[in-house]
Amino acid sequence: MPYLEESYDIVVVGAGHAGCEAALACARLGLETIVFTVSIDSIALMPCNPNIGGSSKGHLVRELDALGGEMGKNIDKTFIQSKMLNESKGPAVHSLRAQADKQSYSREMRRTLENTDHLTIRQAEVSEIVVKNGRIMGVKTSSGAMYHAQSVVLATGTYLRARCIYGDVSNSTGPNGLQAANYLTDSLKSNGIEMFRFKTGTPARVDKRSIDFSKMEEQFGDERVVPFSFSTDPSDVQKEQVSCWLTYTNEETHRIIRENLERSPLFSGVIEGTGPRYCPSIEDKVVKFPEKERHQVFIEPEGLYTNEMYLSGMSSSLPEDVQYRMYRTVPGLENVKIVRNAYAIEYDCINSRQLKSTLEFKAVKGLFSGGQFNGSSGYEEAAVQGFMAGVNAAMKVLGREAFVLDRSQAYIGVLIDDLVTKENHEPYRMMTSRAEYRLLLRQDNADLRLSAIGHKMGLVSDEILERVKKKERIIEEEIKRTEKTPVGANPRVQKFLENHGSTLLKTGATLAELIRRPELNYFMLSEIDDGRPEISDDVAEQVDISIKYEGYLRRQKQQVAQFKKLESKKLDVDFDYSLVGSLRKEAVQKLNLYKPASIGQASRISGVSPADISVLLVYLEQMRRSEYGKNLC
Amino acid sequence: MEAGKRTDTIAAIATAVSSSGIGIVRVSGSQAISVVDQIFKSKNKGKRLKNVASHTVHYGVIQDEDIMLDEVLVVVMRGPHSYTGEDTVEIDCHGGVWILKRILETVIRYGAVPAEPGEFTKRAFLNGRLDLSQAEAVMDVISAQNDYAMKSSLNQLRGSVSRKVKEIRKILLYHTAYIESALDDPEHISLDGYGEILKNALRPIMGDMEQLIRSSDNGKVISEGIRTVILGKPNAGKSSLMNVLVGEERSIVTNVAGTTRDILEEQIRFGDVFLRLVDTAGIRDTEDVVEKIGVSRAREAAEAADLIIYVVDGACPLDENDYEIIEMIRDRRAVVLLNKTDLDLVIDRDDLKKRTGHEVISVSAREETGIGQLEKVVSSMFFEGKLDFNDEVVITNVRHKAAFEDAFKSLGMVMKGIVDQVPEDLLTIDLMDAYERLGTIIGESVEDDLVNEIFGRFCMGK
Repeated sequence: MPYLEESYDIVVVGAGHAGCEAALACARLGLETIVFTVSIDSIALMPCNPNIGGSSKGHLVRELDALGGEMGKNIDKTFIQSKMLNESKGPAVHSLRAQADKQSYSREMRRTLENTDHLTIRQAEVSEIVVKNGRIMGVKTSSGAMYHAQSVVLATGTYLRARCIYGDVSNSTGPNGLQAANYLTDSLKSNGIEMFRFKTGTPARVDKRSIDFSKMEEQFGDERVVPFSFSTDPSDVQKEQVSCWLTYTNEETHRIIRENLERSPLFSGVIEGTGPRYCPSIEDKVVKFPEKERHQVFIEPEGLYTNEMYLSGMSSSLPEDVQYRMYRTVPGLENVKIVRNAYAIEYDCINSRQLKSTLEFKAVKGLFSGGQFNGSSGYEEAAVQGFMAGVNAAMKVLGREAFVLDRSQAYIGVLIDDLVTKENHEPYRMMTSRAEYRLLLRQDNADLRLSAIGHKMGLVSDEILERVKKKERIIEEEIKRTEKTPVGANPRVQKFLENHGSTLLKTGATLAELIRRPELNYFMLSEIDDGRPEISDDVAEQVDISIKYEGYLRRQKQQVAQFKKLESKKLDVDFDYSLVGSLRKEAVQKLNLYKPASIGQASRISGVSPADISVLLVYLEQMRRSEYGKNLC
Repeated sequence: MEAGKRTDTIAAIATAVSSSGIGIVRVSGSQAISVVDQIFKSKNKGKRLKNVASHTVHYGVIQDEDIMLDEVLVVVMRGPHSYTGEDTVEIDCHGGVWILKRILETVIRYGAVPAEPGEFTKRAFLNGRLDLSQAEAVMDVISAQNDYAMKSSLNQLRGSVSRKVKEIRKILLYHTAYIESALDDPEHISLDGYGEILKNALRPIMGDMEQLIRSSDNGKVISEGIRTVILGKPNAGKSSLMNVLVGEERSIVTNVAGTTRDILEEQIRFGDVFLRLVDTAGIRDTEDVVEKIGVSRAREAAEAADLIIYVVDGACPLDENDYEIIEMIRDRRAVVLLNKTDLDLVIDRDDLKKRTGHEVISVSAREETGIGQLEKVVSSMFFEGKLDFNDEVVITNVRHKAAFEDAFKSLGMVMKGIVDQVPEDLLTIDLMDAYERLGTIIGESVEDDLVNEIFGRFCMGK
């Protein structure tokens, strides 16, 4: 008998970016929730880069916000610089990125957790999951206490059997020297869960006072800051921002790295984990891209009240003395003082194909997981999974329908679908190129896409939903107006066109037709559009995009319609595919391994051909009809 | 699944293309009637298929713009009362294989897509037109036909074409990945001026693709017809015969034994019968390494052939090589040509017939005599059903051509987009469409190509 037994609706293991979102979602849905962390001071810790967002990650944060998550609000409160990336490109790839004050980010999130009803925070190491008859019963801590729960969400990040390494120094700790979690892996394995070992890395933090910024290019934030959260008043985020700095490596840096490669644990084989290709260490870059004469290094502040600076672009696991030498070859870093060494970290995570699209383990009912534990990388990827796992854990307890977003609804859907249907051999990072319907999944319309869904889940207020609906209505009306409003070939209009290098009108046109011209847009036309109603910038943006890219948008909508047809054909996740005789062997094997939830998902599994999908469709129909036949009898 | 599929309307040749000139092109799906309506001109002026009653037959011609393709009977069946349960139009033609194919291509140009193997049957079942008890059979048909189509598609694609397609795809993938990596990591990779670079890269590709589309019209992309191999010992006159049949200097013809080192292939037409003609290195024991490769490939080709034409050097006695060939063609569809009738023959025709068990025709490749007789014999074998014409070949060709045309169109969109200053992230949509469509030709799916290329080629981020 354990010395202590408590009961909760939901247990969340880990209070990083995934764990926080999971815990908040569950508690806000009114369920008694307890969140465990190995250190209360590391709640929502940012152990690597000091920013939130960036290409495609910014999309994730906005989607999460529209659904009722916390990350967007938290970064709006704590950012110290903000930029909209890719502004010169199409609207689908505009992406927000903000530099965070790490400490206040963490503190603010902790404050939010602490002040949420039904939420208990507990510092303890969870060492065991308790499973009975394929169903989760609760967890045990290393001190021997038992916590009963109906659902458990695992969000252990990079802490499982974590090991931090540089040169020949290897410490069995989690990030930043925090205590690793060394027992849970065995418990998971003994419950039949397949584990991977991944690695990632981080650069050194250096003392601001030892940097010569005069040799670097200053990088400013945007003049007008766009908030992450749709609920944040834009006027609240216009504040003084701090700068980042850009410098470059050079041949000398690369020479030092090359000469010391054999001392790197990566090349000597000390590290066994699989690292991400998109986030290579500086030594990886030098080896893989020998033709590049220099690599960019962004110097980013870790916060307002610290002198620590983050050397983005130079993560490494080389020995300490080599780190010093290589950093000091970089212009502006000649006398740099390291505060914390760069290191690589290895950790246990799961093979994510063991999960359903709800992030519940196929083999253990009531056990969910999210974040780096699932084999992803990045704070934002972690946060959205934590949220989805949390909501589904709650839905399970409440006996409500599961909550799944598909690839045509959100980047979140793409991320999770990729995790559960694709071979994943490295920490998974979101990218806009992974989202096949990205024109529709823009960061600017996340609220229009997802607020209603968040509301249905119970995490978005009536007031917000009302606001979004109203916005939708105004957009629609304004699009109609531009399509119907004629523009005559009068002198004023011709003058306007001439000024903007646009072909003069021979006959009349509509406003919409002019907006579609490459050199014009909705905003510019305000000069000649007298009947334009008072509308906010974000509404105007929607109108502009909808009209300007109408052709491309229509095409994607058609593709989505095709996609939905296959998604809506559900498959039984317990089905044994060897019963379908006409499937090819390889397909049977893969289908039995992944147990897809729909025909659409099956079609994305590598090794399943279009012919196999046709066979499955016929099989499904056969089953449906014979069921029907049975009912008739 | 096919990514850019714009319609649910499919088309295919519904009859075996083999033993007669009569055939049916079947179109099924919600657009079936409107697609055919655009190319069917009724004899009864002004009659439109969209207005006719279900299950009626109409007489007229199929026209591709101004070109009349064939006189036809068109049967209109509205769903659910058709084989597939969907609106279906069947075009009965009698213009022969070539015309059937042209009509199918025209239907596809006007908005249908080539049917996947087994697709009509699949739809019939899914729409409840086939009995539950037939489900197993339907699944077997789908998987068997797909296997077969995949194999024959790859077999038929000429090496040079598949190399070209791969080369084009490689370039498309590179540029897409470049753009995508810049979108994902804008601070490390710049797209300034990339429109020009892309235009310059696409221009030659589009030229190549135009040529591929043109050559698919000439049947040069895939080799259609009865796979025919010419066998004979060195210098028996195989190449001369090939040249006579093809009508151009294709093989190297000399009187030094063993000068045809590689397999050459041509397509010829005997009326409605297409032969895919393979000229091979002579069968003989050889020490020459290059020649040896040719010989072993000739053996392989002979094993895969539907028809073997065995050329015997009438001026030389049969030797070890001949006996070997005679052994190879036993129990195979074969015609024996007793060549060099212009010289003094040392081989007796009846004796040869007895030894080989096949019909023997006397010819002189050099003087081009006896070729008419060969044509007659091959045609009659075909029409008597002794030789099969692989109709999957026709549809494969049509599929390839449609894929080339779609990919070409997508690249056209990219070019236009560059001129219109469309943002780069929209250009990659069409680039990837072209990439995917070309992939269907060589049987490669996309999977994670793009992500791998991005990581493999470009130095990303932190």
